[in-house]
Amino acid sequence: MVEQENNLLEVKNLKKYFNLKTGFIINKSAGSVKAVDDISFFIKKGETFGLVGESGCGKSTVARLLLRLLKPNAGEIYYKGINILKIKQSRMFKYRREIQIIFQDPYASLSPRMTIGDIVSEPLEIHKVADKKSRINKIKKTLKVVGLNPEHINRYPHEFSGGQRQRVGIARALILQPELIICDEPVSALDVSVQAQILNLMLDLQKEFNLTYLFIAHDLSVVKYVSNRIGVMYLGKIVEVAPSEELYSKPLHPYTMGLLSAIPIPDPELERKRQRIILPGDVPSPINPPSGCRFHPRCPNAQEICSKQEPELKNYSKDDNEHLAACFFAGKPI
Amino acid sequence: MENNVSKSVVENILEVKNLRTYFYTDNGIVKAVDGVNFNLKKGETLGIVGETGSGKSITALTILGLITIPPGKIESGEIIFDGQDLLKLKINNLKHFRGNRISMIFQDPMTSLNPVFTIGNQLIESILTHQKISKKEAYQKALDLLDMVGISDKKRRMKSYPHEFSGGMRQRAMIAMAIANSPSILIADEPTTALDVTIQAQILELIDNLKNKTNSSVILITHDLGVIAKYASRVMVMYAGKPVEFASINDIFYNSIHPYTLGLIGSVSKLNEEKKERLKPIKGTPPSLIDLPKGCTFAPRCKYAIKICKESFPPSIEEESGHFAACFRAKEFLNKSLSRD
Repeated sequence: MVEQENNLLEVKNLKKYFNLKTGFIINKSAGSVKAVDDISFFIKKGETFGLVGESGCGKSTVARLLLRLLKPNAGEIYYKGINILKIKQSRMFKYRREIQIIFQDPYASLSPRMTIGDIVSEPLEIHKVADKKSRINKIKKTLKVVGLNPEHINRYPHEFSGGQRQRVGIARALILQPELIICDEPVSALDVSVQAQILNLMLDLQKEFNLTYLFIAHDLSVVKYVSNRIGVMYLGKIVEVAPSEELYSKPLHPYTMGLLSAIPIPDPELERKRQRIILPGDVPSPINPPSGCRFHPRCPNAQEICSKQEPELKNYSKDDNEHLAACFFAGKPI
Repeated sequence: MENNVSKSVVENILEVKNLRTYFYTDNGIVKAVDGVNFNLKKGETLGIVGETGSGKSITALTILGLITIPPGKIESGEIIFDGQDLLKLKINNLKHFRGNRISMIFQDPMTSLNPVFTIGNQLIESILTHQKISKKEAYQKALDLLDMVGISDKKRRMKSYPHEFSGGMRQRAMIAMAIANSPSILIADEPTTALDVTIQAQILELIDNLKNKTNSSVILITHDLGVIAKYASRVMVMYAGKPVEFASINDIFYNSIHPYTLGLIGSVSKLNEEKKERLKPIKGTPPSLIDLPKGCTFAPRCKYAIKICKESFPPSIEEESGHFAACFRAKEFLNKSLSRD
């Protein structure tokens, strides 16, 4: 976190615990799910920061916390240098215009009773932008930008395919001309041939409107394709952050190594030659995470210290580009 | 594809010929599987690739006789296994094959296991249905099966219910059930789509090891080209109910002669690529199976389409040995007069 001015978003020590309760009449606390446990990262203006991890690692909770849809237990979120957790709802309203989200499931995130035009114009109404006439022009223009036919403004979501619906979701996020778009698994519900269309569209829009993306996904090859820098999450913690090329060529954390190795490459000769590391075991429950380093029960490199002490996220880079990893034996091959 | 079938009859364990499975719905006829031909060799892994609605799962369900009739109807075809046409068998005779000689691993282990019976109960049931042994022997066998699929603490796990298992463990239990009667063919329908990547690698490795150990054949159905590249020896690519290309794994990836296969390969981002190359997606979306376009079903999305493509569907032709494609311009790809980019 070197150059503060260039960072559009900065997250410091963010924590979110969900309390678990048992009992029907008298609620007893039964511990908590540490969904996000003390994470810090920053996003520079105009870049794409990818966040990867397996299900239950807390990546979607991060998205919700950034939008203030959930209240964190601790931590700070700085947007343009202002801690948005400390400001009043009324001031937050202004920032909501600048931070938008694209959801995973284009079938569940569009109201079936609203036309495409209504869906895309709702943000304009809420934020009282433009009058009715210029709204329609704006909507038509935005639909065109995302590759939809502006004539379809009066159609309903069920008349569109999955890929087209995701385009509507993108148009809705885009219409207020935001600076930061949080993309929560935007292509995982789509077919491969359509995924590529949406990914290319998102890259084009980023260039055209100078957008900043937080790109959340479980598919590392998709994240690598769109991101400048990538953060890897495991059980509520960030275990490694690096520029995307470097994360692939020189992973430091054994979990990242295992994750990269687990993904089969669509190239038969290369894939069959490659030595694969298969991580043993399941992802543990975040209710009762392992002591010390949370990855140690599955880690081939684990030593005694790993179960006793939690490794800190340290910078291992020799140049200006940060390469952070939280491992006592960072860089040791597995 | 017919020629290939007759050439190598000896080593084929399964032959599917001209299979058509249609569904009669209120909105019209859905041609879910429309003219599928393939053969499965002993000991091989055959990959079936395609996007949602391409008919890959329905092909598998038809082989196992699991299509609900009506609304479904098997319009034509033969499924030759062990010298018999499975489509001509009565339901009671089919039961000797299903889950015994041919078994299936389903996509979602949560919905395919029964939530009200223990894992042990369901395992023993699948053994006793096909084998005449005592309950005690079946119990012992079930323990051995759990061992084979890598589930530890077996005795306690036998008494567990599916909800007490994690996703990966449930899929292991499903695999144990599928291999309970040492089948000759294992059909895996998107066996790892519902699982995390690190678990996916474990499960696919397990299926591959079991296949090699028991010398059975696997039909691996998936949309993930990476998984295909790793495990399949031959691949059938399906689009809108029809097989469009069928070839060895290397021919599919390095020497494809069908624009849809080329498009699919251009659509996936490769983790190993050093410099970022822009993805080359296929334009448009897959057609509705009720209202298929005239001519080649892929023509409206195909950048190579010519006049004839919009008039009739191209027949599947063996363009070179073991390499079938249903495209009027396949020859041009083959002799490189048409660029693959």
